[in-house]
Amino acid sequence: MHIDSKLRFDNFVVGSANRLAAAAARAVAEAPGAVYNPLFVYSGSGLGKTHLMSAIGNFVVQRKGRSAMLVSLDDLVDELHEAIAAGTTDHLLHRYMQVGVLLIDDVQFLTGHRETQSELLRIFNALQADGRQLVITSDRPLSEIADVDERLITRLSGGLIVDIGAPDYETRMAILNATCQERGVKFRPGVVEELGRIEFENVRELQGALNRLIAHQTLGGEMLTPDMVVPVLGEIAEKRARATAPRVSGEFASFLTEIASAVAHHVEQWKTRLSEAIEYWNSEGYQTGMLTRVLQGAVAPKSLESLLREFEGAVTRLRDVERQVARLDAALAKHDAFHDPDRLEEAEQFLERALRLSSPPPGPSAAFTRAGFEVGGSNQLAVRAADAVVAFPAARYNPLFIHGPSGVGKTHLLNAIGNGLARESGGGGAVACVPAQLFVDELISALQEGGVDRWRQRYRNAAALLLDDVQFVAGKERTQEELFHVFNALYADGKQLVLASDRPPRELSGLEERLRSRFEGGLVVSMQAPDRPLRERLYARYLRDLGVDPTAEMLGYLSERQVASVREIIGIANRIVASAEVAAVPVTTGFIRAELEPDGADPARAAAYRAANDPFFLDREKVVWQWTDHGARLIEDLR
Amino acid sequence: MSLVNYATREITCKIVYYGPGRSGKTTNLHYIYGQVPDDRKGKMVSLATQTDRTLFFDFLPLDLGTISGFTTKFQLYTVPGQVYYATTRRLVLQGADGVVFVADSQAHQLDENIESLQDLHANLADQGIDARAMPLVLQYNKQDLPSDLILGTSLLSDALNFREVPEFSADALHGPGVFESLRSIAELVLKRLSSGAPDPAPMAAAAR
Repeated sequence: MHIDSKLRFDNFVVGSANRLAAAAARAVAEAPGAVYNPLFVYSGSGLGKTHLMSAIGNFVVQRKGRSAMLVSLDDLVDELHEAIAAGTTDHLLHRYMQVGVLLIDDVQFLTGHRETQSELLRIFNALQADGRQLVITSDRPLSEIADVDERLITRLSGGLIVDIGAPDYETRMAILNATCQERGVKFRPGVVEELGRIEFENVRELQGALNRLIAHQTLGGEMLTPDMVVPVLGEIAEKRARATAPRVSGEFASFLTEIASAVAHHVEQWKTRLSEAIEYWNSEGYQTGMLTRVLQGAVAPKSLESLLREFEGAVTRLRDVERQVARLDAALAKHDAFHDPDRLEEAEQFLERALRLSSPPPGPSAAFTRAGFEVGGSNQLAVRAADAVVAFPAARYNPLFIHGPSGVGKTHLLNAIGNGLARESGGGGAVACVPAQLFVDELISALQEGGVDRWRQRYRNAAALLLDDVQFVAGKERTQEELFHVFNALYADGKQLVLASDRPPRELSGLEERLRSRFEGGLVVSMQAPDRPLRERLYARYLRDLGVDPTAEMLGYLSERQVASVREIIGIANRIVASAEVAAVPVTTGFIRAELEPDGADPARAAAYRAANDPFFLDREKVVWQWTDHGARLIEDLR
Repeated sequence: MSLVNYATREITCKIVYYGPGRSGKTTNLHYIYGQVPDDRKGKMVSLATQTDRTLFFDFLPLDLGTISGFTTKFQLYTVPGQVYYATTRRLVLQGADGVVFVADSQAHQLDENIESLQDLHANLADQGIDARAMPLVLQYNKQDLPSDLILGTSLLSDALNFREVPEFSADALHGPGVFESLRSIAELVLKRLSSGAPDPAPMAAAAR
């Protein structure tokens, strides 16, 4: 059964008897699957059910780019029977699932087909669950279709049920005028009006009567007069005309007819269409200022369809934005801006703000892994503590406070802990790993925007909080206040806290006592500058990373050199390799020595340089012991 | 007044019957009232003196039903013709979408007809309305009277219809010409819709 392309909304005559059905059909066509699903239209025969259904199909295919399928229930039943016999009902379901809008005509024939009904129920459920639109017509209300599964009735009643009544006088006139115009037929004045006065029960009868008049006039070669209409149409028309006649006097009826034709001629169709759209969107709860302004203007828009599409696009975007905001902040989603396409920009700003404030706090950097962290004597206590924290979050050391000078790997270890916790939690919540300075900046922004509650909630929702460079919160009262509450909330919820600083809590001046005591309540560990074995491993690793295969001699020489941080080792490795590339020579121990000790050709000076940089010799007691010119002074004087 | 409200899908049309005293304005409304089925007409409000002359005005609301999807209502008013009711005439004329000028065809009433027509123009001008933009039809009533008592339509046309608006010979008491006049003014008013011409009143307000 194909959809007749001639049956469209623009040639469906709307009157009081079918206004609701037409409005519902248009709403369904504008937003298939979103409103009134399923749409159930019932009426006596010949009142326009199939026209409306086909109009939906044509609109959806042409304007919405979606597919539509029109089937009569008979066809559907036949297909189902074949599929059941062949055991291919799933294939049938699959075929219907490809359709955006399924239009089923004449479902009154469901009576008695129990097996068909249960299969239909399955198809309807699947279609609706997938957001596909269902439109159904019948010649009687659902309650009057005998012997139908209660579940199917419930399903079909779940959307909107509308009926179409017999056309009123104006509708009959509009249909007759439209048909005459379409067929290029002209009657004497009063003939069409006389026909319109007869209350036919359906449009097919009316059009049949018009056809009879046309045939009579064309074949008889005689122009009909108004008083010939009823005799030409015969007995039924006579009965109906007699019943109709007393209602309106001839003069007034004729006046009405002419006014109807004048109104139809002069009313601007684009305004009618626009006002229908306004009515529809208002009923959906949206402000329509954008359309009302155009309606109030004297000039028709260049393209009404573009305007309506633009409006619909704005509503779609608003709905999307509202959904997103509702997920982030239900209270904010109730704002009026989400129902006014004129305020789309404002709604977008709400979303942006909600996202900014409600998005998970910054997480650990994936670049810093535990595997990539070299362990040595200078940091092994911190690393063991970190491993324990990952293995037993909030159970062993909570909070874990790591301190040490800059560049010894605190940030690396902090992020590695964060990655470990995120992995162990299995996505059970975001792990916040944030530098203290960013924490402060975010709080300031939240204060400016009045979103502190959401900002606070964002951290309280975290699975763990890892705060780097915590020394930056010292002296910042409001930040410490917020950190205190976040700390307590997370701690109470059994969530892990890890803090890193360049000095131990006791030495953080400007840190409130209540925070200090909490920071010290778990485990405070330090990380120091890498010792010799760690330096050797780090040099070996970084040089290999740079494409140099270090020899034992090379590593021995380099690891002898005292450094303050891991960063310094990376800097030295980079410098050596870059210099070798510039000089176009291979990296050798001699080259390294020449590079690092430009004055160190003399082994004695090199030894002195090495000694000067060796922590052993940096011991004040030893230095004084070497410096003979201070020999006259007592060591104790220098202490 | 808003003639077509696309938002509420209503067409409301205010037609004023204007003319000298005893020219037959109220008779026009009575005839229409008698022809309209009960379910289509509201209560006709008529405030008259003891001698049956319109004291203030007549008002007949007509519900034409749904036309092209619009609930269409006509409101028919008459003005008191007597010279001393100038204020009432101005009030009734306010917001009119069209005017049916009912002239008395009796020969001795010619001056009153001309005076009333001038009064119409003056009242429109007072309200800042461009009379040329106001839809108007002329109805020469009482054409059923003996011909020696009345002026022919061509004479009346020469005297009154200098704007060459639609004109109708009428016998309001018995009906001829009544609905023709109403139909004609309704069409003129509706035609203004598609011509895109602004309402006379706002245009006048802007001119002020």
